[in-house]
Amino acid sequence: MRKSLHQIGFFAGLIAIWQIVALLKIWPPYLFPTPASVWESLHAGFADHSFWIGIGVSMKRVALGYAVSCIFGVALGFATAYNKFLSETVGRMAVSLQSLPSICWLPMAILWFGLTEKAILFVVIMGSLLAITISVQSGLRSIPKIYPMAGRNLGARGWRLILYVLLPASLPHLTVGLKQGWAFAWRSLISGEMIFVTLGLGQLLMMGRDLNDISQVFAVMILIVAIGWLVDTIFFRGVERALQNRWGFATN
Amino acid sequence: MAALVELPEVATESKIQVRALTREYDHGHQRTLALDNIDLEVRRGEFLCLVGPSGCGKSTLLHMIAGLDKPTSGQLLIDGSTIDGPGPDRILIFQELGLFPWLNVLENVEFGLKVRGVPRKERRERARHFIQLVHLSQFEHSYVHQLSGGMKQRVSLARALCLDPGVLLMDEPFTALDAQTRDLLHDELERIWAETGQTIIFVTHNVREAVRLGDRVVVMSYRPGRIKREFAIELGRSRSLEDPEVTLQAKEILAELRSEIDKAVHAEYKNA
Repeated sequence: MRKSLHQIGFFAGLIAIWQIVALLKIWPPYLFPTPASVWESLHAGFADHSFWIGIGVSMKRVALGYAVSCIFGVALGFATAYNKFLSETVGRMAVSLQSLPSICWLPMAILWFGLTEKAILFVVIMGSLLAITISVQSGLRSIPKIYPMAGRNLGARGWRLILYVLLPASLPHLTVGLKQGWAFAWRSLISGEMIFVTLGLGQLLMMGRDLNDISQVFAVMILIVAIGWLVDTIFFRGVERALQNRWGFATN
Repeated sequence: MAALVELPEVATESKIQVRALTREYDHGHQRTLALDNIDLEVRRGEFLCLVGPSGCGKSTLLHMIAGLDKPTSGQLLIDGSTIDGPGPDRILIFQELGLFPWLNVLENVEFGLKVRGVPRKERRERARHFIQLVHLSQFEHSYVHQLSGGMKQRVSLARALCLDPGVLLMDEPFTALDAQTRDLLHDELERIWAETGQTIIFVTHNVREAVRLGDRVVVMSYRPGRIKREFAIELGRSRSLEDPEVTLQAKEILAELRSEIDKAVHAEYKNA
């Protein structure tokens, strides 16, 4: 309760400062909009459905790309965590490729797939898959040894050991990895959309620039942050909390 | 309740045989001899206690009997056949227990049956029976973090018993408990042992605990771990840690152990 009061107070203060700075007219209004004009922009965008369509299209793309990343990222994470050869080869490569900003995959994607949905999916997947792989791998490695040992002692072997012991034991780490993957997927998508793809929030953001409409630029940026935050809060926090209650480390 | 304990018939056939067992560890170019030429025979239904200072390899020996570690040389037999990996005929109870925090008490206890593909209804029934045996029926839906230390011990005991292993390997299970809980668990373990006829190998560094529980106490030496001496405990059951006979017997064993403990302490100071 106190925390949310602090947060509300902080954002109210921020908007107040923004309003004051805008009223001081240090910069012309076409470079620095007032909160009210951004609000109008948001309102208009939703009223003419362009924002709804943008959100819908972007969410569909990120959902598809993220799902693929999750499946292959988790599988690859398991493979590199438990196979020494794969860890030394694929694992190392994953870490090196992480230094590549995801948008760098775009030229390649366009050459391979043309200006299509496939190209943007490729960028989203390349942007998030390796992040998931790396954090799943390190998560699996930090499972206390006692769990697999106790599992083997009680007769669990092979896929049963994975399904009944390693997977649940890694769940807290796994959610951290998937959450990170989500953030990477969302960022990759928006940057990809800004450069070429029609519809989508990234495109709406660039449209604001093309129309010299600073209010729309602000409005879409707020939307992008809001959606990222919403998924993080509603989905991942919920999952984390449920896990903590069950596992009993709610106190740390 | 203690007076009702019926002693299992002491059979003479051997359940577990350890022959000329040696375990070496490689630390780069340095080799450590953890266990040296161990010979040990455990009778069916026997309650055997292994005592020794920390670092004498008693846990290592237990892990090898459980099949979680392999000897460098020598033989390990159960019912006459070689031990090769973990098996349903012997279950290790770890010092840290290794209960699964994502499962409740019932699910933890039935785990061993589940991975063996026992149908749900049957394994639930069996698990409930053993949960009752350790007096935890009210807590079958609790999660591990909601239980006290003594309750966790009992869950872990029920989880092992549920597989009807024949051999229970217990690795300093009661070390982290307060005195009252430990006394209570000694009584319960003795009762369960009498009721189920398990062969128990119980590792501890507490000599009085060993005398309280064991038919036989085996003293191990510090690095390399060797069997130093065996003591048959011929006191009547059920004993108490405070019995003067227990204290007296413990004193005798402790005298044997003293020099080994000194060696262990000395080695630790030198490394510190």
